Formats: sequence, C-alpha cells, structure tokens
Amino acid sequence: MRFIVIMALALCFATGCSWRDGGALPGSVIRVGNGAEPQELDPHQVSGTTEHRILTSLFEGLADIDPTTLKPVSATAESWDISPDGRVYTFHIRPTARWSNGDPVTARDFAYAWRRILSPKLGSEYAYLLHCIRGARDFNDGKTTDFSTVGVRVVDERTLELTLESPTPYLLAMQTHFAWFPVHQATIEKFGAIDERGTPWTRAGNLVGNGAFTLAEWQPNDVLRVRRNPHYWNTAKVRLDGIEYYPIDNQQTEERSFRAGNLDLTASVPLHKIPIYRKEHPKLIRISPYMGVYFYRINATRPPFTDPRVRKALAMALNRDEIAHNVMKAGERPATSFVPPDTGGYTSRAAVTYNPEAARALLAEAGFPGGQGMGPVEILYNSSDAHRTIAETVQRMWRDNLGIDARLLNQDWKVYLTALNTLDYAVARSAWIADVADPVNFLECFQTGVGNNRTGWSSPQYDALIRASYLETDNAKRLDVLQQAEAMLLDGGPIIPIYYYSWTFLQSPAVQGLVTNPLGYIRWTDMWVDRGTGAKP
Amino acid sequence: MGSMWGRHSCLPLRKRRAHRNVCPTLNASTMVGMRRLKTLADNNTEQGSSLRRDAWRRLKRNRLAMAGLIVLVLVGAAVVVGPWMVSHSYETQDTALGAAAPSTANWLGTDPLGRDLLSRMLYGGRVSLLVGLAATAVSLLIGVLYGATSGYLGGRMDAVMMRLVDILYALPFTVFVIILMVFFGRNFLFLFLAIGAVEWLTMARIVRSQVLTLRHREFVEAAVVMGLPMWRILLFHIIPNTLGPVIIYATLTVPRVMLLEAFLSFLGLGVQPPMSSWGLLIKDGVDTMEEYPWLLLFPSIAFSMTLFALNALGDGLRDALDPRTSRD
Amino acid sequence: MIGFVLRRFLESIPVLLTVITVAFFLVRLAPGGPFDTEKRASPQVLKQLQAQYRLDQPLYRQYFDYLGGVLHGDFGPSFRKPGRTVSEWIALRFPVSLELGAYALLVALAAGMAAGLVAALRPNSALDHGTMSLAMLGICLPGFVLGPLLVLVFALWLGWLPVAGWSTPLHKILPSITLGAAYAAYIARLTRGGMLEVLAQDFIRTARAKGLSETRVVLRHALRGGVQPVVAFLGPAAAGLFTGSFVVETIFQVPGLGREFVESAFNRDYTMVIGSVLVYAVLVVALNLASDIALALLDPRVRAQ
Repeated sequence: MRFIVIMALALCFATGCSWRDGGALPGSVIRVGNGAEPQELDPHQVSGTTEHRILTSLFEGLADIDPTTLKPVSATAESWDISPDGRVYTFHIRPTARWSNGDPVTARDFAYAWRRILSPKLGSEYAYLLHCIRGARDFNDGKTTDFSTVGVRVVDERTLELTLESPTPYLLAMQTHFAWFPVHQATIEKFGAIDERGTPWTRAGNLVGNGAFTLAEWQPNDVLRVRRNPHYWNTAKVRLDGIEYYPIDNQQTEERSFRAGNLDLTASVPLHKIPIYRKEHPKLIRISPYMGVYFYRINATRPPFTDPRVRKALAMALNRDEIAHNVMKAGERPATSFVPPDTGGYTSRAAVTYNPEAARALLAEAGFPGGQGMGPVEILYNSSDAHRTIAETVQRMWRDNLGIDARLLNQDWKVYLTALNTLDYAVARSAWIADVADPVNFLECFQTGVGNNRTGWSSPQYDALIRASYLETDNAKRLDVLQQAEAMLLDGGPIIPIYYYSWTFLQSPAVQGLVTNPLGYIRWTDMWVDRGTGAKP
Repeated sequence: MGSMWGRHSCLPLRKRRAHRNVCPTLNASTMVGMRRLKTLADNNTEQGSSLRRDAWRRLKRNRLAMAGLIVLVLVGAAVVVGPWMVSHSYETQDTALGAAAPSTANWLGTDPLGRDLLSRMLYGGRVSLLVGLAATAVSLLIGVLYGATSGYLGGRMDAVMMRLVDILYALPFTVFVIILMVFFGRNFLFLFLAIGAVEWLTMARIVRSQVLTLRHREFVEAAVVMGLPMWRILLFHIIPNTLGPVIIYATLTVPRVMLLEAFLSFLGLGVQPPMSSWGLLIKDGVDTMEEYPWLLLFPSIAFSMTLFALNALGDGLRDALDPRTSRD
Repeated sequence: MIGFVLRRFLESIPVLLTVITVAFFLVRLAPGGPFDTEKRASPQVLKQLQAQYRLDQPLYRQYFDYLGGVLHGDFGPSFRKPGRTVSEWIALRFPVSLELGAYALLVALAAGMAAGLVAALRPNSALDHGTMSLAMLGICLPGFVLGPLLVLVFALWLGWLPVAGWSTPLHKILPSITLGAAYAAYIARLTRGGMLEVLAQDFIRTARAKGLSETRVVLRHALRGGVQPVVAFLGPAAAGLFTGSFVVETIFQVPGLGREFVESAFNRDYTMVIGSVLVYAVLVVALNLASDIALALLDPRVRAQ
C-alpha cells in the first residue's frame, strides 16, 4: 500500500513537478517566505536577516543603496556633505519625510535613535556598528553617560552632523542596516523608557515607522502583514500595496508552499531541490553571489595546530571544487580566500588552492608524514544535515589526501558556540556573513582577542595591518593594506575557506523589479507584482 | 495506560471456570503462581519448562507468528552477515555519481554523496536493531520492576513513586539529552540510557495497574502468608502474570525507540557519521523523497517489515503464553 | 471519590514544584546562554543583557525570585523574543496546540475505535488482519514521513487541501490526521485487545443467551469494559496531543506550543522552557487524574481499590 503510494508519487515527480499559480490577490500584495519568526521588530533589539527584510519595509535610514550599482542614494536625507578628511558627515533631511502617523521626521529623531541603541542598558548587539562615531564606544561601554560627548550634533530640525573616529568609506552604505534606523521618540516613551527592552511599542497598532510600509497585522509564527504607508515621502513611487511575511522555518515546507502557489518569494531552497529547479524551472530559481563565506576554524592554541604548516596542509588538502560542484550543487563558488571576490571593490590576490602533494609535503615537514602521529582530528559542527554532509566529505578528503583520521562531532547550537568561545575544539565549521560590503568587516574578526576570532590565533603584524587600514584615508591604499592582511591569514592562518555563499531563492513569475546583489538586500520600493503576465513555466 | 489486559484477572475465580477448557480449575496466570508455590521447596525447573514447552508448541502452530519469527531471523542474519557480503563500503563516496537510482552496480541505488544504499542499510540495521532491542529491554527492565514494586507496595509509597513518574514525564527531554552529551560524552551506552529514561515510564504505569489487581489475588496472599520475601513474590509470582501486556507494549516500543534514536543521533548522541541507522536514513530520505524516492522507500520497507514481523511474533507470543485465548 | 480527587490535587503541588525546580536548574546547567549568537556580542553588551534579566544574580536568588513570580502568575519575559512575556506567548500559542490536539484526538478516537471494534468482532478474519496491519502501518509511519506524504498527495498532487498554515478549517485537516494517525493506531490495537477480553466473558454470553441483538450486546454491554484500556492510555497520550507536536507543527507551519518545547530548549530561553514544561506538567497531572477517575466510573472494582 505504502509502496504503491510512493511509487505513484515517484512517477508523478519523475514526469516533472508542476508549479501552480496562486490566483488573484487583492491589489498588489507580495507574499514572502521569511525563514523564521522575527525575534522583535525593534531595530535596536534584533540581529538577523529575517528581521532585516521586515524592518527595511517599516523604516528608512538616511541613505539607501541602489541594489544594482550598490552606490549610496538619497533616502530620508535628500543630500549630504562630507568633509575633505572624510570624518564629518552633514546630512540634510528631506522636508517631506514623515512618520507613519504624519509627524515630520527630524534630525532629532536620528539622534534619539542613536542615543538609544548606544545606551548600555538596552544591550543592543549591533550597537558596535555605530562605534565608528566619535565617542560612541565609550558611551556604549558606559564610560560616560553624557551623550553630548558622542559625535552626533543636531544642527537644526533638518540638519544632522556626524563626526567619526576615522574615515569610514562604507558609512553611507551602512545606513541601510537597521542599527542606523530612526525611531519615533513619542511612541517609544509611551510604552517605556528609552533603554527598556521588550516594551509593546512594536506591536501592530502601536508601531510608528518612517518606511514605505506600515505594520498592519502581526500574528506570531503565522503571518506578518505590512501595508502601504500613505505618509511615506515617496509613496507615489511605491508600487506594492503590501507585503505578507510568512515565517516558515522549514525549508521543505516553504518550498511546498511556493510550489502550491502560496508564496511569491522564498527565503531559501532545500539543498536537493536546487539542481532540479535549475534544470527544470530555471526561471523560478535565482542564484546570485552572496557576501558570506563558509569556512572551518582551526584552534591555533591546540597542538599540533599550533604549527602553521599543519593548518596550511589541512587547507590545501581540500578539493573545494568537488565540494561546491558535486556536494552542494547549488551554485556555490569554491572559496580560495576569506573575503568573497568583489566585496566593496576588493578581490583577494592571495589564494589557497587544492594541492594534495604540497599538503602532504607540508605535513611531513611538520613531523607528521602520512598523518603519522597526528591522532584523530575532531571536526565540530552544529546539528544540521548540510553541515554533516560537508564534514563527511572533508573527513574523506583528509583521510585520502593526508592520512589523517578525522572524526565528526555534532553538537547542539549553543554547546557548539560555547565550545567555540572557550576554544574547546580542534576544527569547527563556521560561517561569516558580512554586515557591511567591505573587506574589513571580514578581516577584522581575526585580530588578537576580538570576540569573533574564536581561534586563539594572534599575530601582532596582522593586528597592525588592520589598525592601519582604519586610519588610511585613501581607499586604494586602504584596500592594499587589507590585501596584505588577508595574504597573512591565508598563509597558515587559523581558517580553511570552503565556499562563498550564494543567495538562492525561488521567485514566482509575478514578481517584478527584484534586483539581486551580494548584500542580499531587497529594496521593496522597486518591486511590484504582475499576476496577469505570470506565465506558467 | 492502565489495566487493559489485566482486567480479567480480577474477576472472581468461580466466574471463569465455566469456559476454561485448557485448564479447568485455574487460569494460566494463577497457574504459574500456584505451581511455584506448591513446589517451592524443591526446584521446579522441570515443570516450569514444560509450561514453556506448551507455549512453544502453541506458538509453532501460529502461522503468522512463525512467519514473523522467520522474517526477524532473516533480517537479523542479513545485518550481521550482510556487511561482509556486499562489495561496497558504507562510507565510500562517489560525489561525481551522486544519488543514483537502483542499478546492477548498486542494487538499491546510492545517496547524494554516492554511497551505496544497500550497504548503508545493512550497517544501519545493526545499529537500529541493537538500539531497538537493547533500549526496549532497558525500558522493560526498569519499567517492570518499578511498576511492580509501586503497585505491590501500594499506599503512600505507590503515590510517591507514581508522582515521580509524572515528574519525569514532564521534564524537558531535549535539555536532558544535551546535558547528558556535554557531561558524559557521546558513549553509545548513554543512548540506551537516554532512551530508557523516557520509555520506561509508560511501561511502569501499565505494569503497576496490572499489579494493583493482582495484589489481592489468592496465590499472592498465600505467598505473603507463607512469609516469602517481597522480591520473591514480585519476581516469581506477580511479574510472570503481567507478561502478556508487557510483551505487547514492548513490541510497540521498539519502533518508537528506533525513531527516537534518529532524533538523538541528529542531536549528536548516538551513531556518529558516516555510520547511519534506519531511522536516520528514513529521516534523510523524507527530504529527498521527490528527487530520489528510493532513499525513503527502501529503508522504510526494511523498517516496516521488521516491525510487522516483530509485532506478529509479539501477538503470537502473548497468545501462546495465555492459554485462555488460544483457539484449540 | 471527592477525597481521592482532593488527595491527588494536593499531591500535584509537590509534583509541579519539583518539575519547576528541576527544569530551572537543568536548563541552566546546559552550556551556552540565551544571548550567545553566531556573531558574538561584546562582553559589555552581554553583561548588560544578563543584568537586565537578572542572570548575573546568584543562582539561588534567581530561583526564589522566579518562584515568587510564578506564585503571582508571572513567568517572566522571554529572553529570545523579548516583545512578549512567557505568559503572553503561552496564551497565544497554547490554544492553537489545544485545538490541533483536540482534532487529532477526535481523529484518533473515531478511526482507532472503529477499526478496533471491527477487528474485534471478526477476530482473525481478513478484516481483522487488514485493519490491524493498517494500524501497524500507522505506528511504523512516523509523522515526519506521513506529513510530507499527505501534503504531496492531497495538497500538491490533487490540490484539494492547502500545503501549510492554520487559518481556515481546510488548513486543519492534514495536520490533524498526521498527528492523530499514530494515536489512532495505538487506540485500534488497545480497543481490539480490550474488546476481545470482554467478549470472551460470561456476562456477554448471558446477554447473548437472553436474545439481545448483537449490536446491543456490543454497544451496551461489551463496550463499557472494552474501552477501559483506551481510557487508561488516553491520560498521558492526551497530554502529549494537547501540548502539540514539534514535527507536525513544523511541517504544517502551525503556530502552536509544540515547537516551543524544542526551540526554547535549543535557544536556552530559560523562562520559556520552564513555562512550556509547566503547561505540559499541569496537563499530565490533570489528565492522568481524569483518566483514573474515568476508569473508576467505568469499573467499580478499580474504584474500590
């Protein structure tokens, strides 16, 4: 009986899985699979892409970026001036900018928001993105309680002056990050103190934002609906009437919902479905480079990995092409560097490549010919089928190429993080998704003692290079300094790059105007849905 | 879970004599107890084994149960000997091949890393059968002893013991498993411990409800009067009378345990990759059932077939041990 | 009877207290805290967060503060989803699980008892073997296999039912069946076993001898005894059903409490773990009591014990 059902199913899908059109929706509403339930809608208390996708519709920063060119464009600020030394930014706020309740958006609102996110008591995880503002770090660390020491000055209602610690070439691009978004003071304070966590100001009916959309309904774990904000300064150009976010965390469920025509966009695609879609419905699947890297960390404090030759040998013994093309099969690019190519105009000149002979020679030189005397190497990963599959492949490659006996160690997410934080591992699966399209956001992780280092690796020379890059005003020279740093990192550093992430999602034919980019940034105001021309594949 | 199979045993004895054709004066459960009692002084292995021989004779006549037994023996032989017979290793990858449909080279096809499914199933079957049977045995042992003691002692002690079971039901299992892994490592033994820790609870409730009704039966009271120690009464007079429901529930526990093993292995407690188990293969197979249906189909068939066989055998065994329900 | 209920009621207080206590310390014993994330927050931020939620206090202090809160019906804020308190989250998500559980129970009882009765009335017939094989299939086919299979057939292939979600009555059919199937299988086996026992007894023969119709014999006389095993089974089973299932709620995107059990443990959302565990504990205690009372009502001899 069961056999028959499965065989029938197999037949059905062998003849091609069909995609169904969802039918008409009122107005122009797009239905988006959003990966998970947002933790919060307070831009100062969230930390993920899930929340980012929602918050970019509810709020707007001073500047936006063009999703095609990735260049900053005007948003709530209509223009800005930058001082010649690149340390003082003066923003001119658009006179027509309005909150969703009709109040004007002023320079004061931004200053208030930044004071709020930097308030130590709020404990915002992304407050560090504002540490480029002069004095912001001290205020955030509680060394001073006087916000006037921070380089934020309200010149008048429409003029905001920002003084930075050092020239930060990506400051404008960073304005699309929710950490920089303004919040409505009267609303925040109606429901609690400026630095109080978890007040109900973000619920539907309470939330006041300045984005193109406003919160209509929030049914946790079910659906979150936003609708057009009539007070938005550019609302005439907005073509979507609303967005429905579905927090479907199971990839299989999301894909099935998409196939049934209930979703227009998905957050991801199940690994094994990607080749099928690429082959049979190439118009429905979109794969583009993404600004993140999947890599293995090596604990540089644990022998024998204290020896850079051992670390380098491990890195050189991996056939990344095979992992990317035969195991992942999802359009990922094999990673030969830590910073993905073309990040903020930077592509690493240094590379680690697959060279099993050289890897064996290095390992022998380090005193472990043919893996003799190495003992078992544990690969730590957090419970996930994809991580397990990759680890199984790495295990095999190390055994075949180096004679090393690798063991897989699967841990619950928080146990895994604790092991990483306390350096209680040998080799650990890791990932880094950049917050900002700049190589420094990747490379600064591996400075000595930085929280995200998590390898125990320490190089004074590397630290000096990163510090030098902060102070360099000439961007070309700055990138050159970072090239040197990355070359150090790749030559026996504590990491093994494996592949660069892809932004992979399903998109129904009705969706128009979505431009992919390495930031994974969706600009809702550019988009519309056209159910009429949604031709079946 | 309560006294379902034990209900009859609390009926007054005289009510049943009318339709007792196998053993006109005593029902089977009483028989075990009485016989033990009568021959307490001398060792009664001979008579005990004759009872067992009766059961075996009845079992042999049950065709469904015998078919189940044969299937089980075959499956057991396959997973023990099979891995040496197949030419593929369970961990040899061929990522260029990837997931391939059944063929002459790979009879049951390959998984997405190009590993032979038949070989993975044979090795995985060892894990699943071992876990399924051993963990069930652990839960059986704890559950039966605990339930019988609780029911026999009765009163305040029983209340305390059963409320303890309520508490254990309610504790967060996921957290328990994580802690077990962190503080005691990932020894295979802890897998049994973790599974046993949850699965004995219902067993204890069943046995207890049985014992509650058995406790005041004549043969037990006689044993008490004779001054037998409690452990003897429990072990030789009470527990043998609960075997029927225990066998049935145990066969229902096996599939649950095998699937629980898949969840625990996913969490990291249990089989370590690249080794697999039926539960894990099924779990992985579900995700690719549209693309590579054989990856779900074959492990599911092996899993279901084994459990059907086990169940048929369990039913037959229950009937064989209880002459009342035998149909000859 | 009232004394029995009262005693069990009093017994439940130490049970719940123990559950809270063990859960409280167990979840804190697990490595990692609620604020550990892939991108590590600065030590200052972490310190602030811990102070905000009083996690920097000595453990005994946290424990008694928490107990004090619970006595006043305050289960604290959720660490992971700070916008609502644990009580609010439970109020939001428990009713959904309760509803799904009720439908699943209905499915399980209807299908299971019917199959069990049919099988018991014709023991060892093809019908008996057929229904019992089906029941065994229900036990062998875990929710994570059955759910996606049902979706493929009824939602994607035939297009009769929605794929996922929890808004219209149509959305509720597949999750209810998936969740109910395994329980239906158990109930079928238990009903069959119970009925066979009863039907072999003297008073049934007497009833038949009196010339009562077979339907009347079965429904009026045998069923009363035959369902006892089912009733006994339903106590803990219903507690599991009503608090939701991680697997079913994930596959069908049901906004219930079942996912919270597993997710809050993974997230180390301490207050949420204890809150959801407590809901389950109350249900276990209450439903076991209800099942014991029902058993007593069905059978005077158990009551006498």
